[in-house]
Amino acid sequence: MAPLVPTIFSNEFSLVIALIAGIGFGFTLEQAGFSSTKKLVGLFYGYDFTVLKVFFTAGVTAMIGVLLLGHWGMLDLSLIYINPTFLWSALVGGAIMGLGFIIGGFCPGTSVCAAAIGKLDALAFVFGGMIGVFAFAEGYPIFQDIFVAENWGPVLINEQLGMSKLVFAVLLSAIAFGAFYATGRIENYVNKVPTEVTKDKRNLYIVGIGFAFVVLAFIAITPNSDTRLESRINKELANQDIKAFEVPADKLAGEIVNNYYKINIIDVRDAEAFKTYHLPFAINIPVDKLKNTEWLKILDQNHKTNYFYADDKQLAKRAFLLAKHLGKAENFVLAESSVGFKNMFTGLMAPGTNASKDEINTFNFRQKAAIDMMALVDALKNSSAPIVVKTSKIKGGC
Amino acid sequence: MKPQKYMNPYLAGFLLGMVLLGTIYVTGRGLGASGAVKSVVLSTIVAVAPEHTASTPFIKTYNEEHPGGPLKDWLVFEVIGVIIGAFFSGVLSNRVGIKLERGPRITNSTRIIAALFGGALFGLGSQLGRGCTSGAALSGMAVMSFGGIITMLAIFGSGYAFAFFFRKLWLK
Repeated sequence: MAPLVPTIFSNEFSLVIALIAGIGFGFTLEQAGFSSTKKLVGLFYGYDFTVLKVFFTAGVTAMIGVLLLGHWGMLDLSLIYINPTFLWSALVGGAIMGLGFIIGGFCPGTSVCAAAIGKLDALAFVFGGMIGVFAFAEGYPIFQDIFVAENWGPVLINEQLGMSKLVFAVLLSAIAFGAFYATGRIENYVNKVPTEVTKDKRNLYIVGIGFAFVVLAFIAITPNSDTRLESRINKELANQDIKAFEVPADKLAGEIVNNYYKINIIDVRDAEAFKTYHLPFAINIPVDKLKNTEWLKILDQNHKTNYFYADDKQLAKRAFLLAKHLGKAENFVLAESSVGFKNMFTGLMAPGTNASKDEINTFNFRQKAAIDMMALVDALKNSSAPIVVKTSKIKGGC
Repeated sequence: MKPQKYMNPYLAGFLLGMVLLGTIYVTGRGLGASGAVKSVVLSTIVAVAPEHTASTPFIKTYNEEHPGGPLKDWLVFEVIGVIIGAFFSGVLSNRVGIKLERGPRITNSTRIIAALFGGALFGLGSQLGRGCTSGAALSGMAVMSFGGIITMLAIFGSGYAFAFFFRKLWLK
């Protein structure tokens, strides 16, 4: 699942992607006319709303795309970078930028673009930008109070407005399309020449707007990838027999003693239950966390066998079925509960004098296994502490 | 040869949106511009005046958080790409050439001074607002960041608020 950096592409390679993304960015900005300062400030005087049209179209396109990829489960929306909200610095900083925009006639991205094709005023703007950054760095103590005040963290606008992402996307799209129409009228009025919109063009615009709303409707109506997986698992849970993948506690104990380095023992109960008692070498992945990207390297590998257990048989079975969908690893379920396992290997009572040979053999095996497991846990105390997998939160910023 | 017409704004917007979406898909974050300027400026200070760096808290923190310097910075590479992409587009549409664009009522030197001054304000504001039109406003809108969207409203709101006072820079 995306984002592909840093799980699939390394951070070093991401610099190559940066270059490619930048080329696409610069090319479209220049093609749109953002390398012309007159075109840019036209926005503020009403004679040319290109900036608004390009900007809003790009924002709405990317926003709907992000929603769609998230809906299909192709992009993990919890990992993408959300610009944090610092209320005052955003408002004051934005106001200063707006003033800079109207005086300088560019913003940083567009000035680089314009400078690249030889605009001297843009070059001056870039240079001015450097001075501005320098001034901020040197004068940081003056700005510090505003800079760090009202830190709300990475809040989302739809949360602030108390609506779902989808409703906000519909709303913003509608605002954008309304703005396109209104600014077209304003342009005509200010320039005193009505721009002819041909019939073909108008039809194309209607198709484009229609497409945006169709995609949004599609997201609203169809179940998302999580819901689909969930209902599939529920169906399998009711219909599928997984007896063949159940492993008795004695066999698992044998695996622990002899092949502990070839197996993962996964406790899918909650953290509290895990803390109270867990099997030797077990790691804790509560079943609702199993889908998290950080566990993919356990579920999707082919050199270790996974053994799932819980106290509730259905829970263990659910984890097993889920794991089968999420990765290609070999998976088994412990036939007993954790309590069952515990009772079999702790506080063992020697069988009575009239016990059968089988009973004595079982006792001997379990006693030895229990001792071996304890010895192993003790010997590997340092190396077997569950590895904390860090999910790297993506850093962004401008 | 005459410069070619600009691309239809909605088509350009759609393409830009796809570039942004692709970037988010691959790297998990959007585009940016002012961050590259920051990286270049601060790294230069670090290289030229190490003692000054140690005594200036903002630069010191930056230096500690970016051990690789500007040559390891994502946004620096992205902006190098912007230069290449824009130049390529300019060549393709016959728009490359040394030129200075200004309003009809001002001289070239007024334009340069205004651009310098405006750039400085934008540079300072982008540091305070943690991003500019690309990094905060555009990329913020794509991921529905509240901070990004209020930054956008502040930028354009302030632009409109001040437009009247600076109309002589731009209009007849």
